Amino acid sequence: MLLIHCPYCDETLPEVEFTYAGEAHIVRPENPSAVTDEEWESFLFLRDNVKGNHYERWRHFHGCGRYFNAVRNTITDKFLTTYEAGAPRPSIESLTEKGK
Amino acid sequence: MTRFNAFNLVKNALGGHKAWTEQWPESQPKAEYDVVIVGAGGHGLGAAYYLAKEHGITNIAVIDKGWLGGGNTGRNTTIIRSNYLYDESARLFDHSVDLWQTLSQELNYNVMYSNRGCLMLAHNVHDVQSFKRHIHANRLNGVDNRWLTPEECKEYCPPINIAKDARYPVMGGALQERAGTARHDAVAWGYARGAAARGVDIIQNCAVQAIRRGPDGAVIGVDTDKGFIKCKKIGVSASGHNSMVMATAGVRLPLESMPLQALVSEPVKPIFPCVVMSNAVHAYCSQSDKGELVIGSGTDQYVSYSQRGGLPLIEHTIAAISEVFPIFNRMRMLRKWGGITDNTPDRSPIIGKTPVKNLYVNCGWGTGGFKATPGSAHVFAHTIAKDEPHPINAPFSLDRFRTGRLIDEAAAAAVAH
Repeated sequence: MLLIHCPYCDETLPEVEFTYAGEAHIVRPENPSAVTDEEWESFLFLRDNVKGNHYERWRHFHGCGRYFNAVRNTITDKFLTTYEAGAPRPSIESLTEKGK
Repeated sequence: MTRFNAFNLVKNALGGHKAWTEQWPESQPKAEYDVVIVGAGGHGLGAAYYLAKEHGITNIAVIDKGWLGGGNTGRNTTIIRSNYLYDESARLFDHSVDLWQTLSQELNYNVMYSNRGCLMLAHNVHDVQSFKRHIHANRLNGVDNRWLTPEECKEYCPPINIAKDARYPVMGGALQERAGTARHDAVAWGYARGAAARGVDIIQNCAVQAIRRGPDGAVIGVDTDKGFIKCKKIGVSASGHNSMVMATAGVRLPLESMPLQALVSEPVKPIFPCVVMSNAVHAYCSQSDKGELVIGSGTDQYVSYSQRGGLPLIEHTIAAISEVFPIFNRMRMLRKWGGITDNTPDRSPIIGKTPVKNLYVNCGWGTGGFKATPGSAHVFAHTIAKDEPHPINAPFSLDRFRTGRLIDEAAAAAVAH
């Protein structure tokens, strides 16, 4: 079972309290009517599907109910960090230096 | 390759089984091939087999980073069925079920296909309505499927609990009698043996690091652990790692790789005569010829390449199985494992051409690829040989995510595949 730290509740809790919400930092187009089919395809469907450190969204469904972002290694399933939605994307280097 | 028949069996038995030839040689890569297939699972080996047999292309290498059939081909619950709702899916999966009927004879290799039937249980009014809709749609497409009352379900599969006060009461079931199971490893071995006999090289323990493209954008070969291999065409069918392999050619795919877990119980005497699936409680179960109950459910919810998965899902699955089949609730489980499935947004596969010339992909089978092995391999071989899709896989193109012509089995079926 994954143990996940909710950055809002500031508690580390079991995976069953959370739902996964896909890749993080995918920005919705500012002006949807000006977007081409290729850009819609990329926004809606295409994913990096990273083997390694993955930026992703989670929701504390059975807790505060809020979405947040995480960096998790998809080979070991170990979380490097979690952070509030809207916060800038942390660099992998800054996370691995701390020995996490 | 020695053919398996009664004469050779007796001859070799008398000779102490010393004269059998190896089923496929340990191949080393040649400098150049007409076609390179990435991934030696059932789909990849099958594609090589049909390319050699039906399209006369025998200068083929099937390359795998691990061992043959060691990915999802060896990690699934071996369920075979074709009761899909949409016309496109019904055609694709029923093509496969057609090929399963005679696959052992075709390959001269016993894949132990057993059409023991697949029963999908309905636990609420919505299930009843949705399954009856499936049955009607299937019958219009010539796919067998029929409705059973709870009593008929119990008669067909005695371990089912149909008590009215059960937590998940059984309100009926949809039965596809042509569905069943097969021996998963034998499918990979049979195709490997058949392909090797026609001259295909099977290269194991050799990871493909990158697909190399020429100045005109078309593929020219693959960089591997054993050096560069030149080739004219590449077919990628690497299940969970499709995104990574295709990314080296500059193609992004609409895939997310997630672990799908399964588990088996201790072996017991024959008690479970068919495959039973329950979508509402989300578990499926059958009994292997060794006597183990083979149990599975849905994927873990997050992207992961660890072939393990989390325990909460196993707990959920076992709870569901114990409720529907109380007779099993004291059985001991022997093993559990995970396979990495590549899932598309519409839960239908992608088989076809890519934006890169002479690069083809067979991916996105998600949690339901095993049942499709012969049909998928057959139409993928056609696509590679003719440079255009077979009519059966034409709707399963990569560009459907741009045109919007999705084949949305996820919403329509909401099933475990």
